[in-house]
Amino acid sequence: MSRNKKVLTGTHFEMGNWACAEGAIAAGCNFVAGYPITPASEVANRLAARLPRVNGTFLQTEDEIGAICSAIGASWVGCKAMTVTSGPGISLMQENIGFAVATETPLVIIDVQRFGPSTGVPSVGLAADMVQVARGSHGDYQIIALSPESPQEMFDLTIRAFSLAEAYRVPVFLMADGFIGHMREQIVIPEEDRTKIKQRKIAEQSVSVLDRRDFLDVKVAPMPVFGLGLKAHVTSSCHDEHGMRNLSDPAVMHTYVMNPIKKIVNHRDDIVQVEDDCIDAEVALVSYGTVSRSARAAAGLARKNGLKVGTFRMLTCWPFPDKEIRQLAENVEYMLVLENNTGQMYPYIKAEAAHACRVSFLGPQTLGQIHDPEYILSHLNRR
Amino acid sequence: MTVSIHPLKKYTRSHITRTTTCPGCGIGIVSQAILRAIDELEFNMDDFVFVSGIGCSAWIPSPLYNTDTLHTTHGRPIAFATGVKLGLPNKNVMVISGDGDLAAIGGNHLIHAARRNINLTVILLNNGIYGMTGGQTAPTTPRGLTTITSPYGTMEHNFDITPMVVTAGASYAARWTTYHPRQMTRSIKKAIQKKGFALIEAMSQCPVQYGRVSKLGKAVDMLKDFKVNSVKINKARNMEPEALLGKIVIGEFVDIEKAELSEECMNLRRKMMEAM
Repeated sequence: MSRNKKVLTGTHFEMGNWACAEGAIAAGCNFVAGYPITPASEVANRLAARLPRVNGTFLQTEDEIGAICSAIGASWVGCKAMTVTSGPGISLMQENIGFAVATETPLVIIDVQRFGPSTGVPSVGLAADMVQVARGSHGDYQIIALSPESPQEMFDLTIRAFSLAEAYRVPVFLMADGFIGHMREQIVIPEEDRTKIKQRKIAEQSVSVLDRRDFLDVKVAPMPVFGLGLKAHVTSSCHDEHGMRNLSDPAVMHTYVMNPIKKIVNHRDDIVQVEDDCIDAEVALVSYGTVSRSARAAAGLARKNGLKVGTFRMLTCWPFPDKEIRQLAENVEYMLVLENNTGQMYPYIKAEAAHACRVSFLGPQTLGQIHDPEYILSHLNRR
Repeated sequence: MTVSIHPLKKYTRSHITRTTTCPGCGIGIVSQAILRAIDELEFNMDDFVFVSGIGCSAWIPSPLYNTDTLHTTHGRPIAFATGVKLGLPNKNVMVISGDGDLAAIGGNHLIHAARRNINLTVILLNNGIYGMTGGQTAPTTPRGLTTITSPYGTMEHNFDITPMVVTAGASYAARWTTYHPRQMTRSIKKAIQKKGFALIEAMSQCPVQYGRVSKLGKAVDMLKDFKVNSVKINKARNMEPEALLGKIVIGEFVDIEKAELSEECMNLRRKMMEAM
């Protein structure tokens, strides 16, 4: 097998972080900027070696701010750009996550989450950034966040992240954690031509930006990529549909905030993916990411004990699967929300479910340890 | 009636008819120096991408210049420009921003871009103060000056930006004042053509904020001050540090050839692809 092969078609036994790097390359990623951080480093390490072999560029920056900014800059010149980090890096990137939202920049951000707050425990996984990726930058906005439960999904959902970023001109997060980032499992990489990803639409030539709509289209405006003579005007300050700064017209301010939100919310059916295994269930174990593996095992144990327990997994955490949670709540008696944190998604789930069923939260026995399926089961028996 | 059109008008967006600068601001002089350099080199505006940050001088290219312009967050234009240049190595990528943007909040990116020797042209307008936000002290404010956030006089020492960038590894670095627009234009031409990181530190008058607190007065008085206090670098090298206190050392600080990052990246890709 050539070391320059773009897509490593075949069956592998590798880490989740390896799968993520290969998913990026299979998606056509050709620019990655990053700063070393545990437990995400292996993604960047692999891409540093792989990218130049597939005509791409890897840049190790002076900090995570430099990483996201250079990735956004690369996206504006037409690269499929990505950065990879963990919680402390996301905290540093927040201002420019808002920049990517406001300028409608396609960007993939890999977050291999770790135990926080602050410097916390680098090598222990925790679903620590579920809210900060969606709400951490100032102002109102929507992003997309996908939550993988296995190394295989770190490959599959990285590809989907690029597809969504390109289609909607928005930052897309892959919310992995230290556990699946470092877990080795079977990873199946399909043939190159089986990996279909959406490509961004590019703006047409015009005399002036005033003759084009480059921004704020709820149906996603074609992107005025740099270097093509389009004379794009890009600013994250409040701007009109042509990208021209406007800091005085309240109607423009309203559109500047609302249309990028609508762009995501109006397309939520295309974006939101859940795995609903709750047919006939009276109890739903609601989870995402690594914890879903325990939820599935717990549901299996419960079924053996004669309890009607099913699982519901959010592959998309943002935009929030509100409709799907509401439907689930109407079909079960009890919803147990499992998260490896103190309940970051729980308030959002409860808000959609509590009108129709009983809802409660169960964190792990010890924070940073994945829920023991027996522990989940004992909780179900006690309820 | 004869309509005369400014010779540099062709480089600006036709629907932008006014700028945001205060009367007497040095931005106009620096902006003209930039456009004259492009004009004299016979470049097309489409050969450039301009990146700027936050502050008065970040509004030089955005929205005025008629090409791709990226107006970014505070302190980060060099970081954004790094991605732009690596993705578009055949375009001239120019960063235009102020001392607060590039040397205070964005100081680390300035140092590391110079260290990498990435082919960017950085025009850093240094007015010694935060103008847009109302005259706060900057890392470039001379020690002892009273400003709105140093009401008892600044206690801190100020940055000497150009020598710092030289030490960090830039291929080209020059400092001029708005009293020296022709020399500045010549240096910008060299900076654009230089394969490597190139800095032009443009000392620029801010009569509204700096002129007021320094009691230097209006724009013309500030330009006279630049004239009187500027010392050419060749002369400065033979002067005692005490004699240089309060002086502005002007001229070319460095002009060397060395490996440049975007080309190195291209060469690596080519080498790896050929090894297939």
